[in-house]
Amino acid sequence: MKVNKLKGWLYLLPAILFLGVFLVYPLIDVVIYSFEENYNFASQTYTGVGFYNFSYVLHDPYFLQALKNTFILVIITVPLSTGLALIISLGLSSIKKLQDLFQTVYFLPYVTNTLAVGLVFMILFKKTAYSDGLINLLINFFGGESVDFIEGPYWAKMFVLCFYTIWIVLPFKILILTSALASVNKDYYKAAKIDATPKWRVFTKITLPMISPMIFYLVITGFIGAFKAYSDSVALFGTNLNVAGMNTIVGYVYDMLYGNSGGYPSYASAAALILFVIVLTITCINLMVSKKSKISVN
Amino acid sequence: MKVTLEHLTKRFPNRNKKIKADVVAVNDFTFEIPDGILVGLLGPSGCGKSTALNLISGLETPTEGKIYFDDDDVTMLPPENRGIGLVFQNYALYPHLTVLQNIMFPLQNFKGDKKMTKLAMEEKAREAARLVQIDELLERKPSEMSGGQQQRVAIARALVKQPNVLLLDEPLSNLDARLRLQTREEIRRIQRETGVTTIFVTHDQEEAMSISDLIVVMKDGVLQQIGKPQNVYDDPENLFVAKFLGTPAINVFEGKIKYGCLFIGNENVMELACKKDLEKDVYIGIRPEGFILNLDGALSLELQNVEVMGRDTSVVSKHENALSGNIRSIINAEDWINSESKLVRFDLKPKKVFVFDKETEKRIYFDKK
Repeated sequence: MKVNKLKGWLYLLPAILFLGVFLVYPLIDVVIYSFEENYNFASQTYTGVGFYNFSYVLHDPYFLQALKNTFILVIITVPLSTGLALIISLGLSSIKKLQDLFQTVYFLPYVTNTLAVGLVFMILFKKTAYSDGLINLLINFFGGESVDFIEGPYWAKMFVLCFYTIWIVLPFKILILTSALASVNKDYYKAAKIDATPKWRVFTKITLPMISPMIFYLVITGFIGAFKAYSDSVALFGTNLNVAGMNTIVGYVYDMLYGNSGGYPSYASAAALILFVIVLTITCINLMVSKKSKISVN
Repeated sequence: MKVTLEHLTKRFPNRNKKIKADVVAVNDFTFEIPDGILVGLLGPSGCGKSTALNLISGLETPTEGKIYFDDDDVTMLPPENRGIGLVFQNYALYPHLTVLQNIMFPLQNFKGDKKMTKLAMEEKAREAARLVQIDELLERKPSEMSGGQQQRVAIARALVKQPNVLLLDEPLSNLDARLRLQTREEIRRIQRETGVTTIFVTHDQEEAMSISDLIVVMKDGVLQQIGKPQNVYDDPENLFVAKFLGTPAINVFEGKIKYGCLFIGNENVMELACKKDLEKDVYIGIRPEGFILNLDGALSLELQNVEVMGRDTSVVSKHENALSGNIRSIINAEDWINSESKLVRFDLKPKKVFVFDKETEKRIYFDKK
């Protein structure tokens, strides 16, 4: 028994060591940093312990902008992308011809490099003195004025960012949902057919409840992923996100560490902790809602 | 409602694409199911009985042939317009709905004149639940019920909209032995009470024999025999039907017709009412209950084992001409005389002996003496 226990710990050792050194220790460090005031990275000194870092971050207009951007991104992209993925998966699973081809096509964005996609989006949406992107050409065609989506008004930039994010996260969601749809026993549909169940009722009363665990999974991971958005913004608007007004929380953390205004690990840690609390809260709410709705569906 | 099948055929393309020929799941079925009876579609697995059921339900469309409900041609009618109730092998109960909601589900789909109030639907559902005796369990989820109870819910759901025809796909195969016995009687009772024409599919001959008014025996998509269970048992039209029905199974011997008599090996076991000059190799099927113990009996078998089962005694023996390995004969327990002899002799009951052509395996009929 004792030998067995020892063996067990031995097998766990690599993971524990690795996680301890590269995850647990830095996490604790982040918490410590966030409370050390005027921490100097070079001299490893600080003047006091308290909530000043949090107060600074929460009063920093750049952080507030980043917070606002992140929230807008989350609220728009998570429901939209999940809904779109559901519609597309339903379409995919109801066609027979070329299903594999379309599945591959829809999966392509997943294996495409974020920055490359960003570049394509920039070209699509750009407006310069000399040439307009495809989208602006389309707007012009329908009699609209060109809009600078990349360096123009805030709503236009936000639109591109959301559009881009949805496009990037769709393939994974479609993949998950098509396999969830395929795993629903066909007999349920046959039984419903024999009972002359209308299509909409089949969807709401059978399909949706059957795949609801997968939808909740996608919503929760979607929320977390969107809160952690950063590279999407960089791909579209470059690294100077504060100036572009398109920063996200993670972007703010990065800037505080390494950006032009960088060198403030304490502020970065405080911002990171705030993000952590937000994600934790939202995830808890999500789990509670999903549990509750499962009971009511049941 | 009377169900009539006319030259019903269903062909599927072969899964193995190299084989061009189609698989014929149902081959030229023609028979009529009278109104209000319980019919068992019986056959070994892969014989096309489920396909036949799906054709009747409308989930599959036939390649050829016609299906009539009474006088209406329903061949091309989609399943929802046929007025059928179908119970699936795995029951297909919606797991997220309660029993009551499951039973109410079909009623909630009614449109137009047939649309019902919520109260009326609930009353109907409760009525159906009472019929299958699960009215105590209406608030449960399917996962909180035993297989037998789930089966009843599935039947209630199929019956609640008062279908013209009730179809059951292997209704008992997911139940344990004891429940199977109970449930098959339940099915019989429910069918009697509702009077709905019921067709069920099974591979278990005992199941089909015990509750059906009519059995339809199939093999490889071809109809073998149709009739009342006892008639089919007593009068099988071919070797397959004879072998498929009955437990213990029929004993099959290789034999010969010579000099107007039936021979197994060198022993003349029975006289036949046929021409003296007929000479033919045949298969001889003898039901286990077709043996009469007789010290001077016509057929001698090499005794292997005697199993006493209370009322009956089962004598297990061997014969070099037997096709089915051991020969099992069931005799009255009182008739059995314990002896040290390695040989046991029987006379045969002519009614329990069937002769089949060796090539076609079709029954050869005689007026037995």
